[in-house]
Amino acid sequence: MIFGFVVLIVIVVAVIWVLGMYNGLVGARNEVKNSWSQIDVQLKRRHDLIPNLVETVKGYMGHERGTLEAVTNARQQAVNVTGGVEDRAKAENALSQTLRSLFAVAEAYPDLKANQNFLALQEELTSTENKISFARQYYNDAVLRLNNRIQMFPSSVIAGMFNFSQEKFFEVEAPEERQVPQVKF
Amino acid sequence: MWELIRANQRRAATLVVAMAALLFLLGYALGEALAPGGGAGGLVIAFLVWVVLSLVSYFQGDTIFLSLAGARRIAKADNPQLYNVVEEMTIAAGLPTVPAIYVMDQAAPNAFATGRDAQHAAVAVTAGLLETLDRNELQGVIAHELGHVKNRDVLYMMMVGIMMGAIVLLADVGGRVFLYGGGRRRTSSRSGGQGQLIVVIAAVVLMILAPIIAQLIYLALSRRREYLADASSALFTRYPEGLASALEKIARTTTPLATATRATAPMYIVNPLGASAKGLADLTSTHPPTSERIRILRSMGGGAGLVRYDEAFRAVTGKKGGVVPPSALAGAGQAPAVAPVAAPPSVPAPAQAAVPVPVPAAGGRLERVRQTTDMLWRLNQFVFIPCACGTTLKVPPAYVGREIACPHCGAVHKVQPSAA
Repeated sequence: MIFGFVVLIVIVVAVIWVLGMYNGLVGARNEVKNSWSQIDVQLKRRHDLIPNLVETVKGYMGHERGTLEAVTNARQQAVNVTGGVEDRAKAENALSQTLRSLFAVAEAYPDLKANQNFLALQEELTSTENKISFARQYYNDAVLRLNNRIQMFPSSVIAGMFNFSQEKFFEVEAPEERQVPQVKF
Repeated sequence: MWELIRANQRRAATLVVAMAALLFLLGYALGEALAPGGGAGGLVIAFLVWVVLSLVSYFQGDTIFLSLAGARRIAKADNPQLYNVVEEMTIAAGLPTVPAIYVMDQAAPNAFATGRDAQHAAVAVTAGLLETLDRNELQGVIAHELGHVKNRDVLYMMMVGIMMGAIVLLADVGGRVFLYGGGRRRTSSRSGGQGQLIVVIAAVVLMILAPIIAQLIYLALSRRREYLADASSALFTRYPEGLASALEKIARTTTPLATATRATAPMYIVNPLGASAKGLADLTSTHPPTSERIRILRSMGGGAGLVRYDEAFRAVTGKKGGVVPPSALAGAGQAPAVAPVAAPPSVPAPAQAAVPVPVPAAGGRLERVRQTTDMLWRLNQFVFIPCACGTTLKVPPAYVGREIACPHCGAVHKVQPSAA
């Protein structure tokens, strides 16, 4: 009788423990998904802002056709990309790069820098860039938490049983993208 | 982060229980001392005081607090940059909703966060803060405040604060009753004898000690929370230097914050009542010494994670026990990637760390002052009239409907009610 009772308690505790671990895994996976959608929202917002920026800048920066076209093309590619995290990360990083050189070039146009519309757009785009990086930072942290759980014992056992798969980090891929944009005047 | 919150909850729960025990003990002893057998009554009164105060502060605390501080809610159009910074930090902290943003018309640079949980959070900054800090520094301060929100500090400081308030209130009222009313009754019930005498002495001792103990517990908790919020700020921004230089600038101003009181002081990022002297003040202050906070942030070296902050904390203060709960450290590992510290912000991000894209300095301090004052004028329903000569007339709402001449070119404008 007492032995049976002890066994019952052990089983109940074990079940609760497994359930807790499973829920932890599900929670971590949902956080990854949710934080990815955060990145998504900000990327869309950036795509929407860029045509306005190009319109505003066009009149002032006639000579910089190349820079403007690079931005437009990179945006188009980023909008059209279909594929996984890696492909999108690549296209978006390229877009960030072209935007950075656009703002760097804009420094040379005092008229443009006095334009209220441009300043407002610049603040919006800069903030959107920041939001993307912070969302990416949070996404990567969430992925790290999930992957840690999947790899570390004992939750790794539960993860294996229920087929939890590791997620990929949103990384700046190519080494040249880590360089400061070179701008020559 | 979750481990940090959980560790916080455990620690806070222990403290709340300890404070509750203190409160009920005080209530019981007071009741028993005033009338033999009145302990139960005292207990009930203590409990009622606590419940009423808790309920009021849980549901109305943030509203009361914000209006006490003279804070006014702003929309995105009023200050896009502040709004954007808060949004950015909300994302970095992984909070579910963007907190409501308030501005206080005060020259002293300071900020606080309030709200019982992440869904009801609010951050408030003073106009002085907006004028003094650049974008990176503002980001550090906002991240610190959202760190409070994320760690559920606001709720616990409120709960513990209420408990402390109840203890102080009870001790105070009890003391008065004891001195004036209770005296007569005590003589008449002297037949209680030795036992009663002991109870009376215990009650007096408790009455004197309980408020002091409660306040010390409260202050210790408050200081620890500040360190934790600093650590969270470094984690969210991956740029401890931003907060460090913000604290430096804030500490340099000597203007006290007019709307802050001792009750509301622990909520602010830096003690609004002015820095206290070293020494004993350490124990009786709501905030750790600002110079120490800056030193810890600066000695984080290349790291931005909780582990790094904990190491820096131990190195700077020489204390053995760190400030971040061990369970949180175990969870964090070496996780957060290293962000360049004190490097020019234009250095690109290493693989995982997000470094804010540099904002091409949108004007200096002068520009910020102008923007902030304009915002306050707009909040006060001033009418802005652009004149053809380039001047912008800012007219008080009382002039709506009248005509006004531009002081520069003399052109006459009709004052229309502002659209905003």
